[in-house]
Amino acid sequence: MAALQADFTLPLRSFALELELDVSRTVALVGPSGAGKSSVLRVIAGLVEPQRGHVRLDGERWLDMERRVSLPPEQRRVGLVFQDYALFPHLTVRGNVAFGARGRDVDTLLERFRIGHLAATQPQELSGGERQRVALARALARDPAVLLLDEPLAALDAHTKAEVRHELAELLRELALPTLLVTHDYEDAAALADEIGVLVEGRLRQLGTPAELVSRPRDAFVASFTGANLLRGRARREDGSLTAIRLESGEDLYSADEVEGEVGVVVYPWEVSVARTHAPEADSALNVVRGRVGSLVEVANRVRVRVGPVTAEVTAASAERLELADGGIAFATFKATGTRLVPL
Amino acid sequence: MFAATAVALAFLLLPIVAVFARVSPGTLVDQLSRPVVTDALVISLKTSAIAQTLVLVLGTPTAYLLATRRFRGRSLAVVLIELPLVLPPAVAGIGLIAAFGRLGLLGGTLSALGIQLGLTQTAVVIAVAYVASPFYVRQAIATFEAVDPNLVAAARTLGAGPVRTFFRVVLPLARRGLAAGEALSFARGLGEFGATIMFAGSLQGVTQTLPLAIYQQLDTDFTTALAVSALMVVVSGALLVALRVTLQWQPSKQTSRFLFAPSR
Repeated sequence: MAALQADFTLPLRSFALELELDVSRTVALVGPSGAGKSSVLRVIAGLVEPQRGHVRLDGERWLDMERRVSLPPEQRRVGLVFQDYALFPHLTVRGNVAFGARGRDVDTLLERFRIGHLAATQPQELSGGERQRVALARALARDPAVLLLDEPLAALDAHTKAEVRHELAELLRELALPTLLVTHDYEDAAALADEIGVLVEGRLRQLGTPAELVSRPRDAFVASFTGANLLRGRARREDGSLTAIRLESGEDLYSADEVEGEVGVVVYPWEVSVARTHAPEADSALNVVRGRVGSLVEVANRVRVRVGPVTAEVTAASAERLELADGGIAFATFKATGTRLVPL
Repeated sequence: MFAATAVALAFLLLPIVAVFARVSPGTLVDQLSRPVVTDALVISLKTSAIAQTLVLVLGTPTAYLLATRRFRGRSLAVVLIELPLVLPPAVAGIGLIAAFGRLGLLGGTLSALGIQLGLTQTAVVIAVAYVASPFYVRQAIATFEAVDPNLVAAARTLGAGPVRTFFRVVLPLARRGLAAGEALSFARGLGEFGATIMFAGSLQGVTQTLPLAIYQQLDTDFTTALAVSALMVVVSGALLVALRVTLQWQPSKQTSRFLFAPSR
């Protein structure tokens, strides 16, 4: 498969975007808004010129600032899907898709994206999901070698999003194009991409598979961004193999990671059990946090619940059995081996 | 408040009504076939057509550049474009004479090339274009600025070069705003008086446009002056209505809605 190589520096308003990235499968850049994610796509597409660097697709040189090479966007084979889709309001669905289709069969594309019946419709009359399909079809009609997606799911309501996300994941697998997508939503990234890069203030904090980011988050930001609990404390080595951490709230926790000093304690909600009573002698989990049951949020068939400072994820059935909706005191327990420590 | 509004509206309307009320419509129409009127009408239409073509051909790329690029001296360029808007027409007339007249800055050069502008229709065209152009260019800048830059970017990534992007995306989206600006510019140019009479004179059949004909007939034949005025009221009114309709029929939000939007 072809591979896109990008390495550049682009000064932005309050920081410089500095990035080195190889894209051969689907890579997602995630990060808070204003981290420079969209600018990455604009540099690769040729809409913005960086201060330094190069962009290459296999042997094709799209940008090389040292050699003063910078192909205009129309000569780079990219399919860019904009965040708000940027459909041409004066053209029909068919006109939009046909805009960049040089001799390609527009009708087949329309059918493939199930928008054939909308061919004569104006974009303003489409739903969010339909617009997204038109934008994808339009980008693919140009026969791109690289696909760039800017927040492909952000413009959709929660109801449509889950379905569209599934479709998009399938499509990306089928296309097998080098794809770079940016999103502020870690779950979207994990569902769509083979690799995720966490971008903060213009720099890649960590790049890895979704599993790698969760099992070995490099720092506190990556951990909390991937959905983990982050508790602050002070670590000190104990005899044997465990590290003890005194939390700011006074509790002691244990981890198998070997670190000392100020640390962030990272534990994922799905690794936390919730109980109404606690019997230390009958539990292999070393870490116990006692606290008041706080907010309950339903996520599909699961429930996210706060116990003191910790968020746990339990099944809806468990939440009902434990009567978590009534509040009161509960115990959140998790294993020392599932408790990771990161520098703060 | 209502009383003030009523007075204001009456004040604005009275002169218009008076033009039509003095003599019967039949008399007015009869007057329109007099040579002094038909000559002026032909000259007005011809010079306006040429002047507006110049305004469109030179003004559109200028407006697009100023709307989409940020460069040093841009604000100054915008001020220059708006200058004729606030310049008294008499000053514009003097300025044109001082620049292009026989003894003007470029007079010698023009004479050497065998070009004599005084008392010609070319002079009328120059005066009209000078005074009317800001009405189009200002509106065009605002309209181009309102075109979503992402749509332009999208066209580029879809393989369209800058020229194709302009004609396939920018121009269709800006069409209504540009038409509105052009209508205003045309209306202003058609009524041009001060700069024209100073720079081009008022020779019947050569440089005498409709407004100049009104002025000349005022002393000799008031009815004819009224008839020409009535004709111009009808044309202006029609333009204004067309303008309103154009601006209100906007299926998309991509073109400018504001007629006198400040161009930054």
